[in-house]
Amino acid sequence: MNFYERMMNLDRRWIYLVIGLVVVITAIFPFDVPLYVTPEVRSIYDYIESLNPGDVLMIGVDYAPEVMAELHPMTYAISRQCFKKDVKLLLCCLHQNGPGMVEQVISQVSKEYNKINGVDYVYLGYKPYPGITILAMGQNFRIPFPEDYYGTPLDSLPMMRGLTNFDNVKAIINISGGSGTELWINFANGRYNAKLAIGVTGVMTSDYYPFLQSGQIFGLIGGMKGASEYEYLAEKDGYISRAKNQLSAYKTMPIQTTSHLVVILFIVLGNIGFFMSKKKKSRI
Amino acid sequence: MRRTLPFALVTGVGFFMLVQYFVPKEEFEIAYEWILDWTIVIGCFAMLLGLWSLTRVNISKVQRKTPGWGYSLIAIAGMVFMLLVGFIPGQKSLERGSTFMLLFEYIYIPIQATMFSLLAFYIASAAYRAFRARTVLATILLLSAIIIMLRLVPLGPLSEINQWLANFILTVPNMAAKRAFWIGVGLGVTATSLKILLGIERTYMGRD
Amino acid sequence: MKKTKFIILIIPLILIFFNLSSPQEKPVPLPPTEVKAFDTPNDNGHSLSVTWKLSPDDGAGKNNVVAYEILRAESPKEEFEVRGMVPSGENLFDDKGSREKEDKNYLPSHKNYYYKIRAKADNIFSESEVSNPAFAYGQWYHTGKTPVLAGVIIFSIFALTFITLARKGKKLYIRPLPGIEAVDEAVGRATEMGKPILYVLGLGTAADIATIASFTILNRIAKITAEHRTTILVPCYDSVVMAAAQETVRAGYLEAGRPDIYKEENVFFVTSMQFAYVAGVNGLMLREKPATNFYLGKFYAESLLLAETGSIAGSIQISGTDEIAQIPFFIAATDYTLIGEELYAASAYLGKEPVLLGTLKAQDWGKAVVIICLILGALAASFHFQFFLNLFRVQL
Repeated sequence: MNFYERMMNLDRRWIYLVIGLVVVITAIFPFDVPLYVTPEVRSIYDYIESLNPGDVLMIGVDYAPEVMAELHPMTYAISRQCFKKDVKLLLCCLHQNGPGMVEQVISQVSKEYNKINGVDYVYLGYKPYPGITILAMGQNFRIPFPEDYYGTPLDSLPMMRGLTNFDNVKAIINISGGSGTELWINFANGRYNAKLAIGVTGVMTSDYYPFLQSGQIFGLIGGMKGASEYEYLAEKDGYISRAKNQLSAYKTMPIQTTSHLVVILFIVLGNIGFFMSKKKKSRI
Repeated sequence: MRRTLPFALVTGVGFFMLVQYFVPKEEFEIAYEWILDWTIVIGCFAMLLGLWSLTRVNISKVQRKTPGWGYSLIAIAGMVFMLLVGFIPGQKSLERGSTFMLLFEYIYIPIQATMFSLLAFYIASAAYRAFRARTVLATILLLSAIIIMLRLVPLGPLSEINQWLANFILTVPNMAAKRAFWIGVGLGVTATSLKILLGIERTYMGRD
Repeated sequence: MKKTKFIILIIPLILIFFNLSSPQEKPVPLPPTEVKAFDTPNDNGHSLSVTWKLSPDDGAGKNNVVAYEILRAESPKEEFEVRGMVPSGENLFDDKGSREKEDKNYLPSHKNYYYKIRAKADNIFSESEVSNPAFAYGQWYHTGKTPVLAGVIIFSIFALTFITLARKGKKLYIRPLPGIEAVDEAVGRATEMGKPILYVLGLGTAADIATIASFTILNRIAKITAEHRTTILVPCYDSVVMAAAQETVRAGYLEAGRPDIYKEENVFFVTSMQFAYVAGVNGLMLREKPATNFYLGKFYAESLLLAETGSIAGSIQISGTDEIAQIPFFIAATDYTLIGEELYAASAYLGKEPVLLGTLKAQDWGKAVVIICLILGALAASFHFQFFLNLFRVQL
């Protein structure tokens, strides 16, 4: 086996080792990465900026712990921006492993801004079968969620007075790591014409450009990069602070940069091996 | 009867839901909400069915001491333990600071994050193994992937060109291709739904 | 004299001061006219709509109208209550009520209501005449969804036509699907090696079309494995899917005439947690080392984890999903991939049943119609041919 054939048949454990080292070294020695804020992220930021105190924004948090590295920063940044502007939040969770995620965000951020449950925010909780739940919420939030996450009847919460269904919220932002996004687009926007924006993982981002172009969603935050763009905008306007360690997506950008470079390098090496082996074989 | 009743239910409820979409009348709306409520109830009972299957299969593996029975024992023990922890008196299991949430935050979340982080390693090895410029189309695919990945890399004066290219790829050819996929998948979903409504597709019911 | 001069000077000053400090009278805007109330179309019978002619001082004349307030009462002589406000320039308001009697916003159907419109300019306003009486009632058909209905009917006609043709014996061609052509070879490999086959239905529920399509393929593969006396393992993510999968595999064994070798424990529930499920299936792959892995259904981030582990275990892998984001991972890491709707077509391709082939042909014709509409729509949009574009407008 010549050098190029050995290169093509490289044991995958060497690849794992290189990736591991690159990630660790970059984490220890980070650097600043220049960011370009895309229009689809800016449109969500600008929309929330245009909201008035007392307006209600709904956030559908549909992800589990495994994607929190990509999606948690978005949820934090949006919640902080809303609470700073005294915009009220209505949260729900349609992923069975997600209730703890929402609880983590809302309990932390509400303490930072002295927001009161039931007055400044309501957390509806989790219900299975997301499609059915979204359809039911479009009729009345109380159908799938007669009580909030903490067991309080919705009708006894001051914030829920006058909040019946999607017609009464300014917009919905769905932050999802799975197929829940399609259900929000099909049902919340498709059936009830709710104003919708989404935040998804990096791998899902490219799937939703058609919906952005058709106007079914008005904004798209894609993966860690999108989250870091949002954090960049929020930091500029003082909603989040680097000193308080609130830029969790932005500080992972150097790691993403170096690991992407390594993957590109591996692809190039693999192709060099492929072409050189092919050349040798054709000579023989 | 074993097949007639489920078929009648599927067809009846299916056609009602189809008709209901086009009829805005209040009575149809109420019936629709009633069906939604029942779907949620059935889903909850289905979870019990899953618990039963999980327990039965793993207990059987432990009893017969099949290879890997230790993992089955851990699975059952973990399930029972978490169930019991959720019922600790004086604690609201879903509230931050409860034992249940501590186990969720400090055991479950790190384990899930670890599994997900395997993807970083696997994508590198899959890319190294599979991304070969064998044909013209494969080369175009490869170059597009590299341009998109380079969005994050500071390339100095080339950054702006790369950003523009990446944006173009995402918003024009990618969007066109994805739109074609969605249309094809949408038609496939419509066709399969029609087959189920008309009783042509019955494999999910099994056979006598 | 000095005193007189002082009084002559001071009195006008006092008068000017009072004139400046007293509020100037702001002009009252002219009221809106032609107020018409009517039932909101395409609703459940608990909403009324009001339209009016804009005040002449809205955008013209005194140009001081800032908003319109909409008021409602059960009779013209009763007190009117405010129902809402719209900014200047708008002349339509939907008074949406609730259908629940206990709700404060309850608007009963078949009950007359009257409306008035106030043109507001800061704190002053003028009111229109009272409108005609109007009552709300539900409609039997939502006219805004006509394009959807037309699409459903056209597609159903295609489907029924081709199913009828197929039943009459007309041969319908489907292009070969490499992934499905490889099924026999893949099962044969497992039989020769004495290893099991792993069939993963994905993370979908029994309501997902990809899962339903996968059931049909599972049925065929179960039949083939029963004939070859090869073990098939089906770890399930959802308990309802598990129940259906057990029925499907049992039916396959029955069709092969081998119900005695069917083992229910080979079709089992793992867990409903994504990565816990993947960990379980990966462990199974590394222990059992199946000869062939099928990944057919709905997959998310775990697709690459499954495929790479299968590659480590040395299995032949056939995959198929309608989750577009996962297709590149399957293409990179598995041997054969069914892309998008090829998964739905696979069930028809495997069994070659006329009815299934008929619906597949209907899909193709449906796509042809969509392509024609896309081209015509692009031309219509470019040349502002609004009539054609309005044919496709759906109003919810």
